Amino acid sequence: MLIHLIILIPLAGALISLLAGKNNQSLSKNIALLGSLISLVVFIYAAIQHQAGNTELLSLNKPWLPEMNLALKFSVDGISLLLIALSQVLIPLIILSTSKIEYHKSHLLYALILVTQSALVGVFSAKDIFLFYFFFEAALVPAYFIALNWGNKESSKASFKMFIYTIFGSLIMLVALVFLYSKGQTADMDALISTAEFMPSGVQRALFWAFLLAFAIKMPLFPMHTWQPDAYTTSPTPATMLLSGLLSKMGVYGLIRIALPLSPWAAEHYSVIVIGMAVIGLIYGSIIAIKQDSIKRLIAYSSFAHMGLMAAGVFSGNIEGLQGAVFQMLAHGVNAVGLFFVAKIIFERTGSRSLSSLGGLNKTAPALSIFFMIILLGSVALPLTNGFVGEFLMLKGLFEKHQLLGIIAGLSIILGAVYMLRLFQKTMFGESNELTESVEDVSGIEKLTLAIISGLVILMGVFPNVLLKVSEPASEALLNLLAKI
Amino acid sequence: MSLIALIPLFPLIGFLINGLGYKKIPKAIVAPVGIGAALLSFITTVLVYFQFKADGQTIIQPLFDWITVGGLNISFAFQIDQLSIIMLFIITGVGTLIHLYSKGYMSHDEGYGKFFAYLNLFLFSMLLLVMGANYLIMFIGWEGVGLCSYLLIGFWNKRSDFGDAARKAFIMNRVGDLGFLIGIFLIIRQFGTLEYLSVFEQAQGLEMGNISIMFITFCLFIGAMGKSAQIPLFTWLPDAMAGPTPVSALIHAATMVTSGIYMVVRSNVLYTLSPDTLEFIAWIGTLTALLAASIALFQNDIKKVLAYSTVSQLGYMFIGLGVMAYTSGFFHVITHAFFKALLFLGAGSVIHAMSDEQDISKMGGLWSKIKITAATFLIGTIAISGLPPFAGFFSKDEILAHVFEHNKAMWALAMVGSFMTAFYMFRLFFLTFTGKFRGTKEQEDHLHESPSSMTIPLIVLAGLSIVGGFIGFPEIFHLPHALADFLSPLYDGSRAVNPEFGLVHLSHSTEWMLMGFSVLLAAVALGVAWFIYVKKETQPADPSQLGGIKKVLADKYYLDEAYQIAFVKPVEKASQFFYSTIDKKAIDRVVEGTGDLTSLLNRLSTKLQTGSTGFYILVMSIAVAAILILNMGTEIADQFFSIFNAQTK
Repeated sequence: MLIHLIILIPLAGALISLLAGKNNQSLSKNIALLGSLISLVVFIYAAIQHQAGNTELLSLNKPWLPEMNLALKFSVDGISLLLIALSQVLIPLIILSTSKIEYHKSHLLYALILVTQSALVGVFSAKDIFLFYFFFEAALVPAYFIALNWGNKESSKASFKMFIYTIFGSLIMLVALVFLYSKGQTADMDALISTAEFMPSGVQRALFWAFLLAFAIKMPLFPMHTWQPDAYTTSPTPATMLLSGLLSKMGVYGLIRIALPLSPWAAEHYSVIVIGMAVIGLIYGSIIAIKQDSIKRLIAYSSFAHMGLMAAGVFSGNIEGLQGAVFQMLAHGVNAVGLFFVAKIIFERTGSRSLSSLGGLNKTAPALSIFFMIILLGSVALPLTNGFVGEFLMLKGLFEKHQLLGIIAGLSIILGAVYMLRLFQKTMFGESNELTESVEDVSGIEKLTLAIISGLVILMGVFPNVLLKVSEPASEALLNLLAKI
Repeated sequence: MSLIALIPLFPLIGFLINGLGYKKIPKAIVAPVGIGAALLSFITTVLVYFQFKADGQTIIQPLFDWITVGGLNISFAFQIDQLSIIMLFIITGVGTLIHLYSKGYMSHDEGYGKFFAYLNLFLFSMLLLVMGANYLIMFIGWEGVGLCSYLLIGFWNKRSDFGDAARKAFIMNRVGDLGFLIGIFLIIRQFGTLEYLSVFEQAQGLEMGNISIMFITFCLFIGAMGKSAQIPLFTWLPDAMAGPTPVSALIHAATMVTSGIYMVVRSNVLYTLSPDTLEFIAWIGTLTALLAASIALFQNDIKKVLAYSTVSQLGYMFIGLGVMAYTSGFFHVITHAFFKALLFLGAGSVIHAMSDEQDISKMGGLWSKIKITAATFLIGTIAISGLPPFAGFFSKDEILAHVFEHNKAMWALAMVGSFMTAFYMFRLFFLTFTGKFRGTKEQEDHLHESPSSMTIPLIVLAGLSIVGGFIGFPEIFHLPHALADFLSPLYDGSRAVNPEFGLVHLSHSTEWMLMGFSVLLAAVALGVAWFIYVKKETQPADPSQLGGIKKVLADKYYLDEAYQIAFVKPVEKASQFFYSTIDKKAIDRVVEGTGDLTSLLNRLSTKLQTGSTGFYILVMSIAVAAILILNMGTEIADQFFSIFNAQTK
């Protein structure tokens, strides 16, 4: 019975940070870091126990509103476990990455980051559809507030756009969930899933598109993506990291946990259409990234492109595609946080995010350029980095599902190299100029954070089986469920 | 841990030491670590060779399971057999010499430690490529060497055109890699595994001309076109000369670019099963050999000449593979590694002596000034021109004999290329080393022979370029073909699927005649070059002064420009269009429009409440009709989807 502790510890940390760390950035930061790390340690213990067969620790089933048949029900399988692990690892890194900038009302910032952590654990473990919905919504709120509080005029406009977009999707999902609840007289996910296959196709169709819309906006998928580049580009970096590294994964997770099992027939029926959309987004986003001048916007489009491939992997309906997508969620989370961190470091030191005004940084900041290169290689899916495993499996799965779309999706590995190497060349190579010639290399906490991220990029790429084995039974179970249709 | 795993481990450790300690480790330690890693790897290779030779059985060394999904398990395992052992000797042997050479060549460079770290990382990747026991480990190396090539071409990245050259190399290789990856997917689909032994064993049960094998071999060959610089993916290699010269020798001549040939020989069973792919390979090789040789005729940059020559020689190797003379193609890989590494290192020594001048129109008369470099360069030139008894003669002649048997027209074209090769190489030699000095006074005063760390590798490679061909005597000499005997077990599969495999129908007299003819041709080319550049002392023309066909050749048939127009520009245009028109105008307009629409609907809906019953009835009937029509619409759409879905299965 540790799942609620894992959710509550960050919340407690948030509270303490709010009360004790007022106007003291380093204190509030340390409290936040401690809170997230304690939660991480408890989780690691519980996860090891869970894998050893002691599944009690990470599950909870208490009545919530018994008269309405709602329960506080949490439990995890391998996929949940990995995504919780991702949140638990990335949140401390995101907190660490805030090192250099002085934020006003910093205690509030750290509290918001910790609230996100709690909410994410909730999303990835909730087994009651309304509980899931609650956490799904709650996770977004902090990022919105961070953008409002610490961003500029542009970012509040962008985050408002994001908010409208996602609220729109969420409301439609809510209608679908209420419908399911009223039909089944239960909000228990497992119970609903076990009866989902008997639902008439027309109902499934409607449910499927409702779910898809909500999750496609969150990821985002083409053509529901236009909030994303603006939000990622203009938001303060902690919010961008939360959005790209973690919140986008809720969309993919929702597809796996809700859309596929709750409308299985429709999911299979429309799979090629969804994959088609996803692949369009993949190529479209990659091509746009090629000409971007803003580092953040370039990474934002690259991130959007990668999400497309993940959706395609999920809908390929085979073990390679699904396992690849799960693995890629982890890899992409790590890499996106890493890339945005590098973008932040460059901006803090040069005052510029524009590729046309940068250059020559590998002379003045060699350590930064090495870390950047490693994370970038993960992002372009070089073998023995984390990006390769997911992309290889997803492309393989997609190729088996639909050969032509698989090959088209494969073009993204060429396009990815084009825009990423351009990003590297324009920042790191070339002659240094007045902006870049006196730049100080990374050191201390920054170096540590980058080293952890780079280490993850390589370790995950060399020993992917450690993670793949965790999610394999859950992926198999989902595919078996779909195979019954 | 076994000996085998140590071979790639040493360079990896060398890379980590010099990489992590970059700028902290003193120069005096950098080179010993870098060179030592390569040398230890070479020594281990020798030990492994004896271990392997003891019983001659293929050794599989599994380390751990790398990727396991569903029924597919890809192990991280190494395979030692005849093919990988020879590649190991080339990579670690030539590699060690080039590491040694770099000690002198790069001694004044501020990125000394970085350079050795990259070279070690390259060795590591290249070793994975040839040692892997399945296609995905090969793919690790395949992409890994691409990365190192990128890093080393862009080594002097202050110049933006060097950075561009690096990027071009990586991206063109990636185009090929996508083909390779699809080949891998097809292999998994066909065989359910990627392990060589299992794939080739299963393949032996298939019929010649099997269509899925044809697709597999074709896709894998796309990968080879990228890595081994064949038409249409070869234009990155000449640009890759932006990297330091030892890199050009090691990566862009002796090892990495031959990985395409390695891959085909490794997969020989599959290729033997697909005569169509082989025919395609042979023609791509022929065209590449001719095209690149013709471009080399009018280049004035010493490294560019050698680069086009490399592309052209790789073409010859593929011709050999394409006519199913796998051993001959691979033989040329070996001899080429010797003489091309020699020529590049020699060029480096010339550039070093000439204070970083690469233009041969500003050289001349260097023979007396840098004798060791000149003499060894001459040996390399003779070897590549195919004059006996140097290394290139044996391997190239063997390929040409097989081509003659396969297709006379192809043979004739290959002979034309061969003539051009001897011509441009001797043109290069004469313009550089004979005649009068054409450079500046400062350059002339500064002329000096390179330090011993650079000349020793030259001498060793010159020796190998002289005797390297003796591992494969032609049958008509009544001497053993040691290489063919050694490699023979590799082709058991090919022999099993094609009874014709390895049989030669040429009569001895034809073979003598062919040999005589090709030697004569090379000698004539030598004579012509001598007549033009020594006797008549013709100065190399400034490329901008050339006209007609010469200009087209000097400008590389405008292929780079064509690629710009065909691929780069359209993608950039699309990027602009997608971003500013579709994203910013179309989609965002719709999103903002929904907001406007809501308020519009609000205003309209107040107007709807007219109080007239007739109007309400009208609206109701329209609504009912709309529902019915929409319903039909969804049914039609469903029909459409089911057809679409059915087609995809």
